[in-house]
Amino acid sequence: MTAKTDWDPTKPILEIENLSISFFTRLREIPAVMDFSCTVMPGEAMGLVGESGCGKSTVALAVMRDLGKNGRIVGGSIKFKGRDLTTMSDEELRHIRGSEIAMIYQEPMASLNPAMKIGAQLAEVPMIHEGMAKEEAWKLARQIVADVRLPDPDRILRAYPHQLSGGQQQRIVIAMALMSKPALLILDEPTTALDVTVEAGIVDLVKDLGEKYGTSMLFISHNLGLVLEVCDRLCVMYSGEAVETGSIKEVFDRMRHPYTQALFRSIPLPGADKNSRPLVAIPGNFPLPHERPPGCNFGPRCSYFASGRCDAQEIPMEVVPGSDRHATRCLRWEEIDWNAPLKAAVKTEKSAIGRVVLKMDDLRKYYEVSAGLFGGGAKKVVKANETLSFEAHEGETLAIVGESGCGKSTFAKVLMGLETATSGSIMLFDENVQSTPIQKRNTDTVSKVQMVFQNPFDTLNPSMTVGRQIVRALEIFGEGKSDEERRNRMLELLDLVKLPRAFADRMPRQLSGGQKQRVGIARAFAGGAKIVVADEPVSALDVSVQAAVTDLLMEIQRKNKTTLLFISHDLSIVRYLSDRVMVMYLGHVVELGSTDQVFSPPYHPYTEALLSAVPIADTHVTKQRIVLEGDIPSAMNPPPGCPFQTRCRWKSKVPGGLCEREMPPMKTLAAGHQIKCHLSDEILNHMEPVIKIAAE
Amino acid sequence: MIVFVIRRILTMVLTALCLTFIVFYLTNLPANLEKLAKSEASARMSDEDVTKWIERNGYATPVLQRYGEWLGIVPGWTRTEEGVTTGRCIPRGSDPALAPSHCGILQGDWGFSTVFKQPVSSIIADRLSATGWLMFWVMAVMVPTALVIGVLSGMREGSRLDRGLSIFSIASTATPEYVSGVVLIALFASATTGISPWLAEHGWISGKTLFPGTATSAMENITFWNFALPVATIALYGTGYIARMTRASMTEVMTAQYIRTARLKGVSFPNVVLKHALRNALIAPFTVIMLQFPWLLNGVVIVETLFNYKGFGWTLVQAAGNNDIELLLACSVVAVFVVLVTQLISDIGYVFLNPRIRVS
Amino acid sequence: MADALSWGQIFGRIFVQFIPVWIALVVLFAVSIAFKRRLGLYGKLFDSPIGMIGFALVMFWVFTAFFAQMIMTQDPLTQVSGMKNALPGMPVKGSDGAFYLLGGDNLARDVFSRMVAGSTIVVQIAPLATAFAFMVGVTLGLPAGYYGGKLDTTLSFLANLILAFPVILLFYLLVTPEIAQSGLPQYMGMVLFLFPLIFLIVLVNSRLYVKPQLRNMLIAGIVVIGGWIYLALLSEPDTIFNPLPAALDFISVPSNILIVFVSVVFVNAPTVFRIIRGLVLDIKTRDYVAASQTRGEGPWYIMLWEILPNARGPLIVDFCLRIGYTTILLGTLGFFGLGLSPESPDWGSTINAGRKLLAAFPHPAVVPALALMSLVLGLNLLADGLREESLKD
Repeated sequence: MTAKTDWDPTKPILEIENLSISFFTRLREIPAVMDFSCTVMPGEAMGLVGESGCGKSTVALAVMRDLGKNGRIVGGSIKFKGRDLTTMSDEELRHIRGSEIAMIYQEPMASLNPAMKIGAQLAEVPMIHEGMAKEEAWKLARQIVADVRLPDPDRILRAYPHQLSGGQQQRIVIAMALMSKPALLILDEPTTALDVTVEAGIVDLVKDLGEKYGTSMLFISHNLGLVLEVCDRLCVMYSGEAVETGSIKEVFDRMRHPYTQALFRSIPLPGADKNSRPLVAIPGNFPLPHERPPGCNFGPRCSYFASGRCDAQEIPMEVVPGSDRHATRCLRWEEIDWNAPLKAAVKTEKSAIGRVVLKMDDLRKYYEVSAGLFGGGAKKVVKANETLSFEAHEGETLAIVGESGCGKSTFAKVLMGLETATSGSIMLFDENVQSTPIQKRNTDTVSKVQMVFQNPFDTLNPSMTVGRQIVRALEIFGEGKSDEERRNRMLELLDLVKLPRAFADRMPRQLSGGQKQRVGIARAFAGGAKIVVADEPVSALDVSVQAAVTDLLMEIQRKNKTTLLFISHDLSIVRYLSDRVMVMYLGHVVELGSTDQVFSPPYHPYTEALLSAVPIADTHVTKQRIVLEGDIPSAMNPPPGCPFQTRCRWKSKVPGGLCEREMPPMKTLAAGHQIKCHLSDEILNHMEPVIKIAAE
Repeated sequence: MIVFVIRRILTMVLTALCLTFIVFYLTNLPANLEKLAKSEASARMSDEDVTKWIERNGYATPVLQRYGEWLGIVPGWTRTEEGVTTGRCIPRGSDPALAPSHCGILQGDWGFSTVFKQPVSSIIADRLSATGWLMFWVMAVMVPTALVIGVLSGMREGSRLDRGLSIFSIASTATPEYVSGVVLIALFASATTGISPWLAEHGWISGKTLFPGTATSAMENITFWNFALPVATIALYGTGYIARMTRASMTEVMTAQYIRTARLKGVSFPNVVLKHALRNALIAPFTVIMLQFPWLLNGVVIVETLFNYKGFGWTLVQAAGNNDIELLLACSVVAVFVVLVTQLISDIGYVFLNPRIRVS
Repeated sequence: MADALSWGQIFGRIFVQFIPVWIALVVLFAVSIAFKRRLGLYGKLFDSPIGMIGFALVMFWVFTAFFAQMIMTQDPLTQVSGMKNALPGMPVKGSDGAFYLLGGDNLARDVFSRMVAGSTIVVQIAPLATAFAFMVGVTLGLPAGYYGGKLDTTLSFLANLILAFPVILLFYLLVTPEIAQSGLPQYMGMVLFLFPLIFLIVLVNSRLYVKPQLRNMLIAGIVVIGGWIYLALLSEPDTIFNPLPAALDFISVPSNILIVFVSVVFVNAPTVFRIIRGLVLDIKTRDYVAASQTRGEGPWYIMLWEILPNARGPLIVDFCLRIGYTTILLGTLGFFGLGLSPESPDWGSTINAGRKLLAAFPHPAVVPALALMSLVLGLNLLADGLREESLKD
């Protein structure tokens, strides 16, 4: 590798200058990235942040020169160690890919070859680039697998990808990227598909390995909190352009672009509160690539927009004087008072909590599954929900928190009547519906309990107009006497969710994700729902849209006194909007209490780890780092005793191996605060808070 | 795995029973029996004589009972008339006392063909071996060709090579055997049209035509010349289909993330295709190839009729056309058996090819 | 007595004969291309060269069938003495200026006119039989995929049963005069033709049960009109099933055609069933299905209005392919001389008749063979174009 030797390590390792990339379709050229510049120094970690469609992944693929058939670099240069990648031949590129620049992807399962053993996939890299012999390559693979902290490397090398869990797969992808000790590592949303506690482990690993091998990193993410944890510098992108770039400290604390500011105001940081300090959503929608406004792309959504200036010319990147390579793409950055406090947002009264509308008592839901893939064999029982007991009141927001496999979706299905519970009671407005499937519930009960779904691209029937779908819900719920009445009611519902009435005749594919989610909400409220189960309603949406949809839910809740059961894995948003929180792990409720009680010590050990794992985009927050070992056990095969004992860091504090033998009982710590743990009161009372906010 | 195979085999047996019963029922419809009586005894029988004949030959009992007799789980019928005992299991002229009580396919007795005047089992064995050779050569030509075409066109979707090969495979799926057979004969085996007259004029071929128009001589001795056209005719139709499947599977695999991973690891394109894509891409077509057998059977029947090659397909046509009930039943048992066995092999093979399913 | 035509003259005359078809094709394409942006998937077809070629081939035969009377130069069934196995371009004996453009067959009939007449048979039966197969496959495949469990196991077993049956054997057993006499095709027809009726009634009821008045009206309409068509299709004088008086029996389907139709539907339906079942298994996991379940929709509404419309892409593609396959099956039937009368000018029978003298006189068999191939090729290309365009969205 000659390139490795003639390069001056004080120069940037990656230098992108005025890069423009377009995709060519039959109809037109669609510019995906315009005039993008950034430099990455050796050993530096550069974050690339932006919402989906902003072009951040396109930049990464351009560095790998893998834009596909339709994508083309139409201007600018990408210099890697001083050599321009845009003019390299395929053969030269092949030598660089994998050996000097390596990439880690979003979907670990999809990025590993299902029909090849892990070891072979890893060993291939040095065999190609360094001509290493097979045995040696496997030996190296074994060492790297141990480096990424995977247990039992020999077994893993001989396994096929599907035999590993998601977290393990992602570690393998990282190991694969490190096989040739690359100079630059590109990580494209490496943790998005993983659970938070698993994500925390991966982030830790990436940081450590970056330091250990001195690798430079290009870290692509939509999550500002993650970028804060991993990167030294960042570049904020909006609609194909870099809008602000600089060191983490400067961009987070002294931002000089309205979009960056708006972004920070729309994410729920500690201290935000739905009543006293509500989030500020960015108005409007992300422009489509072929419908970008003239001048500043952010102009139409910007609160500092000056017409005649901002939309008159292309805006260049300007360096902020007296800073470390801090630059912004804003004409007015010197005129704006960046320290002005937020315009007094509309404060709202905390809505009154009313009578109990839903009471679950000792609810259990077991599934029988056949063990073997080919049928036959012993039947196994999956305990999806175990001894679930809680109440929900009118007008209250109860958050249900947990990672995959914790049983929160099963719980929703049982409540909705799509499945019937194995035992226990569900009292809905004084009526036990435990064993009443939805077909047997009367229309009134059905219309009172409705659901908002997670995936906006899946929640609407793609071949029916928006209006027709809402009208259908009205018909089913027996609302309105005539077609005309129902149509009017449907238009009112569109008003309620702040969508233009013209949307009634549109097809779902003409709507953005946030708009679809609003239609889903309108549909759920068509029959005047009293209890709404919101299954991760905003997790698939972009940050700037999340705030708007969340606020909408809150507003409707206030108006209708709805009980909101908010299922989520994102503790930031849970802290922001919920009144009470229920934490679930492997089918068990491990902690239940008011938001304040759950978010401050004493914690259940799992809640503690969860709190520590959630990345927070605030430089003033210091967190205690608790990284859980291993993965979430399968619900098919739960551990004996306490479900959390396999990963609990407090287990040694409980004498006599009690955790491994016995299921802990639910104990009450304070009024309305219950946890399921064997730890003694004394230890619980001495727990440290995980999150501390430094005084400004 | 063993449980799976056992279950599959049980389903198979049940399917085979259902299917043979349907065939049995349809071939034993009163109208067919009447026809049989007339062709066996005399074409100018009165209706009464027909009824009598049917009764005398054991065809008057309920259809389920006769099905049981045919299977060999119900004792064969016997009948004593004027001191002479006849019966299903009693060969003409032999001692009734020595005859076995059951004689169905379970006892290995497949019956007697009324057309060929031979025991069905010997006919079937001969014909099957003839067809076996035909099938073998068809597979040997069709599968490799189709896979190569499919992989080549699927590895770079939208390229000129892909377009060309795709159009070839679409055209070949649009050409059923009776069309390609006719066209191939007109082109290569006709003394008046195609290339044969031209070749003969130049003295490049000794006979009148390049290929013979029949494959009858291949019954004794298979040569390239007498077998090329029938094999090509069947293979052409199937090739396109398998190639399309392979292409679809290959294009899907080539857009998969792990192929991008491999490419960005620095694996060269030929190695991406051979080491990373091929195995994954061949999983789906494997099933398709195995399921081609029932389809091939169609082709075999058409081609054997067209080229006058006296194999299994030709026998089936003869049996069906002449209402030879026992032979037809035997043919359908064989056909159903072939179909079901290939299905079983395809299922098991799929499991072995696909590591994602092969858990523990 | 005129001289035989040269090949150039033959093609010139054939081209002239097809003039109505050319005009229709040009008009159709001009209109479609002009409005292609407003025509949805059909319009997008005109972005794909392959799809356009396929569509043109298919429409060529559809228009040929439609204008058959204008295109034919001779009566397809008349035998003209002295024209036995006549070569292409031979003048017809005893008439002035008339030619056997593509020669005569072994019974001295005009090959060209028979080919044109054959197209009407194929263009009528193949799409209709495919449509019925789809109705049956959809009506059974939806609940099998949606409910799963025992129903699925039973229906899948039955489908596999039929699929394991070699097609040829099935045809030889079913399509015989004896079976036609026995009335079996009518019984099978009774069952198969009932499916479209059930399908329509369930379709309307599941959606409109919230508006009883409108629903009752529509269902009454379907039962009366659909029932009439159903009875008219099946009832045939002098057979076991003849409930309708002759005055009302406006469709006459001879039993040999009926049995061809029924057996083709019978062979195709299980495959459609499997496709639908697979699509349902995929679509039923979507959130909008869960959403309709949580608002208490009935299962048939979900299957017919939430799932089925979203499976339409692959189904349309398969429909085109399947018409092609049905055409091949019809040809196979003709090739073995099953079902249709030996006189019939359909392509399979003509190939069958022509193959006996294939080595000496290939033209009577080659002409219908190429015609059949071009129609199936057109359908396959059309399906390919549709698939490509529907994926591009």
